[in-house]
Amino acid sequence: MKKNILKNSAVQSLLASLLCIALGLLLGYVVLLFINPSGASEAILAVVKNFWNYSRANLQVKNFGNTLVKTAPLLMCALSVLFAYKVGLFNIGTAGQYVVGSCACLYAALQLHWGWFGCMVLAIFVGAVYGALVGLLKAYCNVNEVISGIMLNWIGLYTTNMLLARVKESTSPYTLHLKTDAPQAMLPTLGLGKFFNNNGNVTVAIPLSILLAVVIMILLDKTKLGYELRATGNNKNAAKYAGMAEKRNIILTLAISGCLAALGGAFLYLTDFEQWSVTQSSVPGMGFNGIAAAFLGGLNPIGTIFASYFIQHITVGGAYVDKTMYSSQISDLISSLIIYLCGFVLFIKYAMNTSIAKREEKQIQMEKEQSRDAKAEKGGDK
Amino acid sequence: MLLLVQYTLIFASVLVLVALGGCFAEHSGVINLGLEGIMVIGALGGALMMRTLPGSMAALPLILCVLLGAILFGVVYSALLGVACINFKADQTIVGTALNMLGVAAATVFVKAINTAANPDDVSSEIQYVEAKKKFLLNIGGFEFNWFMLIAIVMLVVAYFVLYKTRFGLRLMACGEHPQAADSVGINVYKMRWAGVLISGVYGGLGGICYILAGVSAWKFENGVAGFGFLALAVMIFGQWKPTRIALAALLFGLFRALSNVYFGFPFLTALNIPGSVYNMLPYIISLIVLAFTSKNSRAPKAEGIPYDKGQR
Repeated sequence: MKKNILKNSAVQSLLASLLCIALGLLLGYVVLLFINPSGASEAILAVVKNFWNYSRANLQVKNFGNTLVKTAPLLMCALSVLFAYKVGLFNIGTAGQYVVGSCACLYAALQLHWGWFGCMVLAIFVGAVYGALVGLLKAYCNVNEVISGIMLNWIGLYTTNMLLARVKESTSPYTLHLKTDAPQAMLPTLGLGKFFNNNGNVTVAIPLSILLAVVIMILLDKTKLGYELRATGNNKNAAKYAGMAEKRNIILTLAISGCLAALGGAFLYLTDFEQWSVTQSSVPGMGFNGIAAAFLGGLNPIGTIFASYFIQHITVGGAYVDKTMYSSQISDLISSLIIYLCGFVLFIKYAMNTSIAKREEKQIQMEKEQSRDAKAEKGGDK
Repeated sequence: MLLLVQYTLIFASVLVLVALGGCFAEHSGVINLGLEGIMVIGALGGALMMRTLPGSMAALPLILCVLLGAILFGVVYSALLGVACINFKADQTIVGTALNMLGVAAATVFVKAINTAANPDDVSSEIQYVEAKKKFLLNIGGFEFNWFMLIAIVMLVVAYFVLYKTRFGLRLMACGEHPQAADSVGINVYKMRWAGVLISGVYGGLGGICYILAGVSAWKFENGVAGFGFLALAVMIFGQWKPTRIALAALLFGLFRALSNVYFGFPFLTALNIPGSVYNMLPYIISLIVLAFTSKNSRAPKAEGIPYDKGQR
């Protein structure tokens, strides 16, 4: 019998994700219609088009580069969420680990005048410590990682604002420009900017983040450590019984997860694409969007690359809506709707499987009936 | 000093309301991580009421209308959690997180749309309620009594009574401990869980409107509620899922939150010369420490977080 490709779990994940995207955009469109029907179609198109909103080719390419610059940190945050989730931990603290990573690299660059590599290493180290803190609390004190993660997000934000206030511009709440005050800390561009109409913000961060996605996939699927971590996630007690250090594994997982998120912070702020505002009163959305990207990518590192791009694409695209009618937060609304819908993925897969099973059963029954009929006909001929 | 007591009581009221909401949901077996989002949407409901009602309205009907608006929005929004987690057996953590993000994004988009429609130059996400806020306050010898302090106490008593003294409450708690056993004696687990989630919507919505009325007379919806939903969950865990203990825990957390508003009123605190950010961090740091010491022997409902499946043994 021909194997139904819908039975393949990768195909199912892809279909479920596409369904989530379609429904998310549709619901976003409905919200726009509700606010003001006259410009809704244009607005949703503007969100989806992002850099194609520009008519000139060189501007398109340049803005495509800008979207990619912000995709790299998002991909790191998504990998951070994904890695912890594969080990059965929901690391909502990714947002805070991203923040302290940004803080560490900016402080090292602007105050201590370190080179880019040192800044990156410091960010990774701080992120690991911050992530391990959640792991320690979880492993030894049984503190729910979601709640401790949120608390650490806020603690990280206030600490960062306090520390980076020392390296801010005297007239604005923003940190100093790396380009002018710490050029040694800028990530190497490797001449990649040439492909994006001389976009100086396109750096090694983009290929590096994709490479790390592959590394994470190999680490999880092909190594002993990855196997142990996943086993701990599936059943902590069974892993302990099999001789794995389950407490160490929890802490290690969150430390690695923290590294990835913090590196995301370094990937954005060491390009000088954005400056940190020391008066911001809410945790940056990058870490939370990482949750969206990880689940939209079907919790597969390669899928996450595309999902991160998509989420970043519509987030940037939100800036192009007609501001006299709508606000750019419409893209946040769409991404949060997509996460909500991702909660239904299990159900969608279940529905697909049962409908396939039903159809197959019917087919088998029909074949049986046919063969019976054929036999009966034969019998009639005799 | 009076100011500190006043702020402690009002923040404790917020925390007690929201924590009780979480308590109802968890006792029925659903972890409600979306409380933060429910607070935002509840606050939006109340704020919209205050924006539309005339400022000349008498205090009592105005207060009732605002409360109703907040409750209605909170309940409807919590239904999103119910559908996903009870009927479709979705992962409660993901859905809760999505609701938190959705709450802030949706409230921002709607408030901005309303503001821009009223005045094309106004692109802020702020709602002002200077006049309406005064109706909630009663000045007693320098102490600003807020009606929400009373509402929180009433809701606390109601929660205690419902959970421990009614058939409904005991059945609800049974569904969070051992849903299969509850089902076997004829309790509809799905219905009970729906009840738990919707009640948490009522409490969460009330907590949200209480939070934005606590200190200021205008609210920027872009800011959300600054992790208060999660602080409330910490209060609930510290309170070991019991209403009376939750009230005490809320007072403690409320005190630390209040300090960040009024620390400059105390000469010995200003003399320490600690930056304001540290006081802002204080409630979060305290909750981490408290959780570290209390989570080990947690008395959480046994079946919380596990979707109920009739066919499972």
